[in-house]
Amino acid sequence: MNTILSLPIRLLRLMAQSISLALVQIWVNKTRSVLTTLGIIIGVASVTAVIAALSGLKAKIMSDIETFGTNRIFIWPTRPDTGKYKNVPWDSIRFKPEQFEGLLTYCPSVASFTQIDDERDSIRYKEKTLERIRLSGIESAWHQIESRPVIIGRAFSAIDQTQARSVCLLSQNLRDKLGMDRDCTNELVTIGYRTYRVIGVVENRPSMSMIGGAGGNEDYEVFIPFQTMYRNSGNRMWFMVMAASKSADVSEEAKAEITFFLRQRRHIEPGEPPTFNVQTVESEVRTFQKIATRFTLVAGAIVGISLLVGGIGIMNIMLVSVSERTREIGLRKAVGAGFAAILTQFLVEAVVLCCIGGLIGLGLGQLLTTIIAHIPQVDILDKAYIPAWAALMSLGFSAFVGIFFGLFPAVKAARLDPIEALRHE
Amino acid sequence: MSEKPVVIRLHDIRRIYKVGSEQIRALDGVSLEIYQNEYVAVMGHSGSGKSTLMNLLGCLDRATSGVYELDKQDTTRMGNSDLARVRNEKIGFVFQSFELLPRFSALKNVELPLIYSRQAVWNRKELAHKALERVGLGERTSHRPNQLSGGEKQRVAVARALINNPSILLADEPTGNLDSKTSEEILGLFRRLHEEGQTIIMVTHEADVACHAKRIIRMRDGKVISDLPTEEDTVWTHRPAGAGR
Repeated sequence: MNTILSLPIRLLRLMAQSISLALVQIWVNKTRSVLTTLGIIIGVASVTAVIAALSGLKAKIMSDIETFGTNRIFIWPTRPDTGKYKNVPWDSIRFKPEQFEGLLTYCPSVASFTQIDDERDSIRYKEKTLERIRLSGIESAWHQIESRPVIIGRAFSAIDQTQARSVCLLSQNLRDKLGMDRDCTNELVTIGYRTYRVIGVVENRPSMSMIGGAGGNEDYEVFIPFQTMYRNSGNRMWFMVMAASKSADVSEEAKAEITFFLRQRRHIEPGEPPTFNVQTVESEVRTFQKIATRFTLVAGAIVGISLLVGGIGIMNIMLVSVSERTREIGLRKAVGAGFAAILTQFLVEAVVLCCIGGLIGLGLGQLLTTIIAHIPQVDILDKAYIPAWAALMSLGFSAFVGIFFGLFPAVKAARLDPIEALRHE
Repeated sequence: MSEKPVVIRLHDIRRIYKVGSEQIRALDGVSLEIYQNEYVAVMGHSGSGKSTLMNLLGCLDRATSGVYELDKQDTTRMGNSDLARVRNEKIGFVFQSFELLPRFSALKNVELPLIYSRQAVWNRKELAHKALERVGLGERTSHRPNQLSGGEKQRVAVARALINNPSILLADEPTGNLDSKTSEEILGLFRRLHEEGQTIIMVTHEADVACHAKRIIRMRDGKVISDLPTEEDTVWTHRPAGAGR
């Protein structure tokens, strides 16, 4: 029983002894140990802080995209660079409203869609005129896709669309800017040179830090029925379509269905590149995440080099330690320590030193992260945090640096000739 | 003497160092046998090969040729890790300059060989305590080397050497760093250990130290020039009182 159990027990004991011995050594040489591990400390602190900042940035952007809606799909006309439609007139490229009739029937993964176009125009209410206001032609599905409901009054009805009525919706901000009452329905405003009746108020756009910079004139929005805008242009307007898939999971299916549907409606011959683009937010998100991850890794790797530099410091001090303790090594060998025992002792010392440095560095990194996250005015880093993988990776890398740079001094120690070592002054 | 088992058997041991193109024959055909419970002093001037012999006996070094059997095991064929084990289990070293680890207590110093022992030893502290009591230091176990006198330090070192019940106690000039009074103390300890049955081999160049042993091996130029019981050793100019009993 003893022989079976003795090997693992001896190994455990050896480790425990080596670690306690290493801690004693490190404690005895406190100043030197701290100075030695400074490289590791700074390395780990900067790695974790950089990764924390990038992770925070990513989290912030991701949460923006979440508010924005990950199930959105954008469809717009383009002229392909190759193929048969390379040189067709631009006018034949543009979308026509009838091409989208029946889209919901043929594309089961699509929940809703709206044709949309943005322009700039002036708006006048009584004596007050605002120039270059954002004017959008939309359909009622827009409110749901954009998550911006009509809070007062009503959305555009089918009749508003088919009859191209001169009615409009205002954003809260625009209503206030024009100095209208809270309930401004049935008031008349002039957009460009046409007069519209206000039928409701749309919730303000949510403020987002990264996408579609809020603020300025962007918050003053006026909406009219898409058909009204289209007819006012003489049926020659370029526009795009915004759709929502039933969930973000089926957005790729929705994209395929829309592509198939539009190719038929626009009579694109098989094998020819399409004259439109379908883009899902989901795929954008995936691309973004891929880029962000790669960026984080590259930044981590660059800062990781400082850990290697720190490792050289560790190697240096371990060599000093070995040379200082030559007699001790000689004695240990004389009383029966083999190659493995001495090697383990010095290797464990280097690893423990590095891991302590790693832990201190991690603490410092957390401190830096907290500071970054609380810089006033810079709110894009509010969500900075050290991901668990980064913390584990830093510690793992510290241990690796300890093993890698501790190996040479440890082998040197383990190889010492006991006679020479005991004679060493 | 001859009825006791052989602990050490050396046969035609040679140890040759190469310094540049020159060959130095530190040991040049040494053959001897040491039996259990012998108390042997190895004497000789510096360069006589006594230190080399000591290193070989302690398995710190290997012979260039010849056979060294310790407890009937041929050490010349052993690998480094087996030699480390032999040092751990069969040999207790006592050095001239004590070689205690400065940051460890006497007890921890004595425990040191047990750390490298093959057997899992659960009662390390107890064993170390017993060893310290055996050398008369049962009261000073928690002191560090710098809090101990020279004689006490050497006794800690002897306790460390004894902890694994070695086949041989190898002492290299054990009194070299001690004054004459403490030297007598340590030699008295050795005598007691010898009486308790311990095999002791001691290297010294001082005649009045060597004469405490029962057998004296004299060396010169890597060869044994005389190997006699202390009473018959004729080279004495004077014999201190009480020596060679």
